[in-house]
Amino acid sequence: MKDSRTLTLTKEMFKRLSFRPPGETIAGDSVPMWRDVLRRLVTNKLAMSGVVFLVLLGVMAIIGPMISPHDYFTNNLDRTNEPPSADYWFGTDNLGRDLFSRLWMGARISLVVGLAAAAIDLIFGVIYGGIMGYAGGRTDEMMNKVSEILYSIPYLLVVILLLVVMEPSMWTIILALSVTGWINMSWIVRGQIKQLKNQEYVLAARSMGASGARMLFKHLIPNTLGPIIVTLTLTVPSAIFSEAFLSFLGLGVQSPAASWGTMINDSLAGWTLFPWQMMFPAALLCLTMLAFNVFGDGLRDAFDPKLKK
Amino acid sequence: MVRYWGGKLVSVIISLFVLATATFFLMKAIPGDPFTSEKAVPPEVKAKLMAFYGLDKPIWEQYLIYLKKLIHLDLGTSMKSQYQTVSSIITDSFGYSLRLGIFAIIVSVIVGVGLGVVAAMYHRKAIDGIAMVIAVLGVSIPNFVLASMTQYLFGYKLQWFQVAGLNGPFDYVLPVLALAALPIAYIARLTRSTMLEVLNAEYIKTAKAKGLKRSVTIVRHALRNGILPVVTYVGPMTANILTGSVVVERIFGIPGLGKYFVDSVSNRDYTLIMGITLFYAVILMLARLLTDLLYGLVDPRIGLRSRKGASS
Amino acid sequence: MDTILRVNDLHVSFRARGGEVQAVRGVNFEVKKGEAVAIVGESGSGKSVTAQSIMRLLPSPPSFVKQGSIEFMGRNLVDATEAEMEAIRGKEIGMIFQDPMTSLNPTMTIGHQITEGLIKHQGMNRSEARERALELLRLVGIPNPEARFGQYPHNFSGGMRQRAMIAIALSCNPALLIADEPTTALDVTIQAQIMQLMKDLQQKFGTSIILITHDLGVVADMCDKVIVMYGGQVVETGTKWDIFAKPQHPYTRGLLRSMPRLDLPKGEPLVPIDGTPPDLLAPPVGCAFCARCEHAMEVCLNHDPELVPVGENGQTAKCWLHHPLAKEVQA
Repeated sequence: MKDSRTLTLTKEMFKRLSFRPPGETIAGDSVPMWRDVLRRLVTNKLAMSGVVFLVLLGVMAIIGPMISPHDYFTNNLDRTNEPPSADYWFGTDNLGRDLFSRLWMGARISLVVGLAAAAIDLIFGVIYGGIMGYAGGRTDEMMNKVSEILYSIPYLLVVILLLVVMEPSMWTIILALSVTGWINMSWIVRGQIKQLKNQEYVLAARSMGASGARMLFKHLIPNTLGPIIVTLTLTVPSAIFSEAFLSFLGLGVQSPAASWGTMINDSLAGWTLFPWQMMFPAALLCLTMLAFNVFGDGLRDAFDPKLKK
Repeated sequence: MVRYWGGKLVSVIISLFVLATATFFLMKAIPGDPFTSEKAVPPEVKAKLMAFYGLDKPIWEQYLIYLKKLIHLDLGTSMKSQYQTVSSIITDSFGYSLRLGIFAIIVSVIVGVGLGVVAAMYHRKAIDGIAMVIAVLGVSIPNFVLASMTQYLFGYKLQWFQVAGLNGPFDYVLPVLALAALPIAYIARLTRSTMLEVLNAEYIKTAKAKGLKRSVTIVRHALRNGILPVVTYVGPMTANILTGSVVVERIFGIPGLGKYFVDSVSNRDYTLIMGITLFYAVILMLARLLTDLLYGLVDPRIGLRSRKGASS
Repeated sequence: MDTILRVNDLHVSFRARGGEVQAVRGVNFEVKKGEAVAIVGESGSGKSVTAQSIMRLLPSPPSFVKQGSIEFMGRNLVDATEAEMEAIRGKEIGMIFQDPMTSLNPTMTIGHQITEGLIKHQGMNRSEARERALELLRLVGIPNPEARFGQYPHNFSGGMRQRAMIAIALSCNPALLIADEPTTALDVTIQAQIMQLMKDLQQKFGTSIILITHDLGVVADMCDKVIVMYGGQVVETGTKWDIFAKPQHPYTRGLLRSMPRLDLPKGEPLVPIDGTPPDLLAPPVGCAFCARCEHAMEVCLNHDPELVPVGENGQTAKCWLHHPLAKEVQA
């Protein structure tokens, strides 16, 4: 900048430019949204370690019970409450059942409950919320009132009541969780659609004659996908928690089937003597929820980097 | 104003009615009667029991009697211990749960808001990182795991606290910690993200431009706006703590309402289940109403809306 | 007239992911007592950053003053401690922000927001501060101040809020008032009222004003001196008469041509300035305006011109066109 003082200026330099000098170009190629989201997600180490953990968990849930020399349900009353050993890798419970096999059977139940609850929430919530948001007016008002009243009834009470009436099992838990679980999702979808409906690009598409259904699919669905996926990811750990919680209370999965919640409950009586009976399922439960939570947080940041704080 | 709260009240009553009805018919839908499981009850005794609980009448009549009793706040008599009414069980045990719950709420709000504010003030510094690690652990460790673990570690191994019971002030520490962990985590995250937003708000710049100290700016201008969303969390938090109390009381052997609830479920004590369910529902609805009330107090803009609603 | 503010070779940068955004690159100007100075430029020209640097309101990090000084009544604000700044902010320099909807605290009464500064700087007690606040509300033209005192910002219209902001900024009789786009967010009719109010108050109290705006129309009525900024630099300065009548920088000319005016012949078309402002992450080596300039020359590409005096009345422009050689070649 200061060099102009010492600069020797020639007449040549004061000729008009015959071309337009290069100005600002729009930086970078336009990256498709999905690749962008994926790139941000992959660079998030915490979220990725969550993914790695979940993949490993999934693999172990499938092969874990198979690779153990013992099955998960056979009682071996000669060898109860054994600590981890070469024979029983994670030890045995108070009925002499193999904890290693039981642990991965528990993982199966947790994952199935989590994913099934999320799937049902997704289907129900998106349809219900989509109709509310898209229809608007009186339909929206009525449907919203119904969901509000359903929501105001505490979900735990509904779940426990249902479990009292029905035979406790994994499927009962999934059903019970689905009774009220979809409401939150439907509100998110409704809110997103309402917001998007008033956004200018949708108004623009409409003014150019885009039909209702076409508009919904082309513009609204891709834009609502982010919040939906994030909500789903965070639904999974809460469903896993609910299953473990209910099984812990004896309202869920029943023996000999193994759920982490049941295993923790079974271990309560003897944990002062046999702490490993609690440590393994408790640690896996916490880690699984942690992995889903950090993955969900990572996804949210990836979808909306503005939110990253 | 009147209309606003009137509307709220009506929807609370509708919800309670729906829940009461659903509970009643669900209980009736259970195959058999409450006394089938009991070993060899003589037929004449059973008939007497049925008559005592009004189970010999047609269902719709039972339902009407049930509703009528409800209006008079009569929740009936426990089916397993015929000498205790449901109301007396609730009044005897709820004190423990209430005390635990209130401590847990106080701890959650103070610690959660504190962590969130500090994290926002030291955004992207070490303290922020630690606070967020605590927050993510708080949502990931289930309350019953935390309760069992702390009971094992601090009660059994280190013997800092009683393993069970609720006799002295120190006995509250572990149960309250287990109940408050999740709300602390939620509140901390909520406070942090709103505080970050608020600290970047223009009016914080205005406050700074007046020459106010940073601490004054944060306490006087940012905090009140920053904790607004926390107020909306009061309802869900109550539900959370209430749910948690069910397991925490069981683990720490506290004779609170949560413990009776679990017992009633495993004993199939239907009147008690229905009674406690409704009682819980009332508490949660009250918590929701309280949330709305608090929000109106903290945010002057809400007051305007409800006042407008009243005049229109 | 005494100079109360002198900005010397100010460089302000922001640390960003891709490097350093040089938002302000060597700004010089001064403000005399009782003078109204306008800083004009489009978004990203560095005008707001300059203004907020004076008050030290920019968050640091990521922002930092890289070079230069800001002398306010003999003190260099760049080196001042936070405690010294607190004593200056609101007391000696008041500031008005762009959007009155967001610059007032929604959960605090207007009265409380006005009295805060008075209690802090003037050592008033609550009732004295209340009296003074009522007087200020009256002064900025808010009817029924007693009732308004206890109301919240959402009870006020946009124009009324900006009046309240002015009352806050002027509450301690500051020597300097910085108004950062004070009318941009308001309706046109309200804009005129607010400008009139600021003009009246300036005449009444002899406050110096720095008016930041992208709207040359706002400037015309109230300012003595105009500073035109582009790409983080001052490209032209002069009295408002000179700037309007004989702009000496192609950018200023472009600005004037892109703005509707009553003093131009009917039918004169409005001409927009093509292109976008330079990327301040990697500012151009030569003249920042070169890429958008219709007079661009070879020299402009690689050499940054200096701000040189042109004409009388101290008008200056930062353009190679004023170099003697340019006149020779192009003639």
